[in-house]
Amino acid sequence: MSIINCVLALATVALVAIPGLARASEPLTVDAGALAGMQLSIAENAAAKDYLGLKGTGTFTMPQIKADTVIIEIFSMYCPICQAEAPVVNELHQLIENTPSLKGKVKLIGIGTGNSHFEVDVFRKKYNILFPLFPDEKFLIQKAVSEPIRTPTFIAIKQIDGKGLKVQRAHVGGIKPEQFMKELMAAQSPK
Amino acid sequence: MRPTSRQWLTLAVIGAFAVSGCFSAAYGKSEGFGGGIYDPGQLKPTDSGSIVKKGDKAPDFILPSISGNKVTLSEFRGKKNVVLSFVPAAWTPVCSQQWPGYNIAKDIFDKSDAVLIGISVDNIPTLYAWTKQMGELWFPVVSDFWPHGAVAKTYGVLRDDGTTERALFIIDKQGIIRYIDVHDINTMPKLEDLAKELEKLQK
Repeated sequence: MSIINCVLALATVALVAIPGLARASEPLTVDAGALAGMQLSIAENAAAKDYLGLKGTGTFTMPQIKADTVIIEIFSMYCPICQAEAPVVNELHQLIENTPSLKGKVKLIGIGTGNSHFEVDVFRKKYNILFPLFPDEKFLIQKAVSEPIRTPTFIAIKQIDGKGLKVQRAHVGGIKPEQFMKELMAAQSPK
Repeated sequence: MRPTSRQWLTLAVIGAFAVSGCFSAAYGKSEGFGGGIYDPGQLKPTDSGSIVKKGDKAPDFILPSISGNKVTLSEFRGKKNVVLSFVPAAWTPVCSQQWPGYNIAKDIFDKSDAVLIGISVDNIPTLYAWTKQMGELWFPVVSDFWPHGAVAKTYGVLRDDGTTERALFIIDKQGIIRYIDVHDINTMPKLEDLAKELEKLQK
């Protein structure tokens, strides 16, 4: 067997045998009920409130967000992959806002798992993030997903007339904004 | 022997698949760093006896850094406040995210005219490979590998298993310890707690 064939064989074995890599390909399932019940603090920022169609103070739940579709990025300020991905997620936000058929209908939020307000703010300022970010200091989002959260994770939900939500897509790892939106919209269009 | 185009293609596909696993668990529990993070499970929160206390003169040290230079604590005396961040071990959860977090919070250190020094008992090649996954770090990372954990021991943060506590020390420009957080090894110290303590320092 040549050296290169040995490398190929070892790489293939490693891919199958290393649990971390194998798990990365497993589908993540999301409990729509748990996600719909998750309480987040209403941002003090007027622009963020306006963007999400929220009023007052206190907490809110995802079904209250005024949108057809909500994309949730689960991130951590401490996660180097989330840091590297931040400009790409900003591109996703810009793509939505600059596309007339998506603007106002698709909203993007970030949930900083394990992060405090302070830590989320550091992330927001560092990467000039214009969509709303929320802290999740107690890891509440973990209750809605089937396996330990890996960041970044993207969950797309469809609102059901303020009564609840339907999970449309859960994606673990980085994204390509145009492809992500294309696939999401294709999944939503009537078959 | 040169690989054939088909072999290159196969390698590329495998590589792309492996890279797709390069994302982090909330605290890097197992998936971050290409799936290379070892999860030791829940550990005893702290496992060492305190030796130094607030108000003490910080024990001096000279340690090799991953850049090839040596870092001497006393070099900062009269010039900079210093934050020492001991992390238990490379390629483990929490540790693998703590320094990347500090890496995007340089402003917080700058505001208090402070430098950060990352310390672990891992050897230089291990620290080099591990920190390469974090992006470019603005602060030095030094190795307390040999004599094993000697500096950690002088600060009272060497655990019985040869790793260190997850500990933060703030040392002022006079070389006096102003803050000690020997943290639960399983959890991340809150950044705002460190920021508040840094604000108390004279610039």
